[in-house]
Amino acid sequence: MKENQVPQDEENLNEGKLAKLYYATDDKGHYLKVNSIGWEPETVAMQQAWEVVNAEVEEAREKVLSGKASPILFYLKKNIMNVPMLASYVGTISPMVRLHMIPFFFHRLSDKMKAKYAATFRISVEELTDITDLKKQS
Amino acid sequence: MSIAFTHKQSAHCENGVVSNLLRFHGMEVDEPLVFGIGSGLLFSYLPFIRLNGIPVVSYRIWPGQIFKRFSNRTGIKIERQKFSSTKTAMDALDRQLDKGQPVGMLTSVFYLDYLPAAYRFHFNAHNIIVFGKENGRYQVSDPIMEYTTELSYEDLVRARFAKGMPEPSGRMYYPVQVPAHADFEKAIWTGIKQTSHDMTQIPMPLIGTKGMKYLSKRLRKWPERIGNRKAILWLGNMIRMQEEIGTGGAGFRFIYAAFLDQASARLKNDALFELSKKLTQSGDQLREIAYYAGRVCKSRTSDIKSFGELGDMLERTAAFEHEVFSELYQLSKSR
Repeated sequence: MKENQVPQDEENLNEGKLAKLYYATDDKGHYLKVNSIGWEPETVAMQQAWEVVNAEVEEAREKVLSGKASPILFYLKKNIMNVPMLASYVGTISPMVRLHMIPFFFHRLSDKMKAKYAATFRISVEELTDITDLKKQS
Repeated sequence: MSIAFTHKQSAHCENGVVSNLLRFHGMEVDEPLVFGIGSGLLFSYLPFIRLNGIPVVSYRIWPGQIFKRFSNRTGIKIERQKFSSTKTAMDALDRQLDKGQPVGMLTSVFYLDYLPAAYRFHFNAHNIIVFGKENGRYQVSDPIMEYTTELSYEDLVRARFAKGMPEPSGRMYYPVQVPAHADFEKAIWTGIKQTSHDMTQIPMPLIGTKGMKYLSKRLRKWPERIGNRKAILWLGNMIRMQEEIGTGGAGFRFIYAAFLDQASARLKNDALFELSKKLTQSGDQLREIAYYAGRVCKSRTSDIKSFGELGDMLERTAAFEHEVFSELYQLSKSR
């Protein structure tokens, strides 16, 4: 890749926070460092990965709103976690987390356990238990 | 309390941390040199390991190895620590900062709020340097960022003690002994020898240029085997591994070519520069594949023809790289 071929695609997901470093060659083939603000194929691949995540979050939201799952499922997806990871954050085992995703068991959780889940998701206990908020966000 | 610390941006986090830490200790090594001596380049396709249902394609050796190999080959001694309690981990960090020692550490990208949201997946092996503390906030040199940044105590604790695979467990490290005159010539040849050996000589079909060839064969069949939607996801994942994760372009090929370029200048060896130019070509081919694959992903139609073409392109690149690395292997073996 030549110095002047380093892509600078305006349409990117870097929010202006990041201009990654690339290695490119001068006329003679020696290497220089060049910053790049973005490249379309990379942006497409990243968007695609996020679309999968967002679709799962949306699916989880509907399940929670229709009472098929507890808010833990929604926040798990929203934080791109998986069950073993969440279990390790709240200090329990995966089967327990799966139980807590069922509304019946979620409502019977101790305050302490709810606080642990809320802290893991970086929200308050009220935000965790109150699903009316989920309806507004879209 | 703040330490006089020069931050330089790099493409990849691990190289950058090593390079920045060693500059502080009076050893000036550029990023490509760290990457080359640490033998960071390796291709592997591991279809039996899946992350979120997508087979692993990797353009590098596993995290931590570059630093380990680099320090072994240049005679640097490193102190490494890991912790079970967050409080002792943060206290140990504060003690080192008080002594004026910048500290490298493993963190999870997910909690580094200064990065753009799109990059913040749960990747738990990101390296950063903390070099000071002011008004309760830690001063952070993240090698992939242009400038230094800050993190609060809580965020740093979260990032250092993230859960999942692998767990950083508050791991931190700093050099305790840096030789004044390291033997770079020997280290460079050792690095080249290992990389070129691993890329061409390992008798397994999934690793090195053989792995690229194998992937190119499997790639052609993806649409009929797993369906359109998944084939496009898997292809997108390949592009991300090649371009997104701090590779400096073309799955580390350009950094490695830059290393060969610098090595040829240091050792006054023209053959290495010729090979650097060849590797630049093969990097350009990989960029072309990524560009083409990006178009397939964008149009969302994975007709078998385009996957077949991508497979052909990758196979050609694999054959070309096999030549380049074989030549490199012969060259390094005669040393």
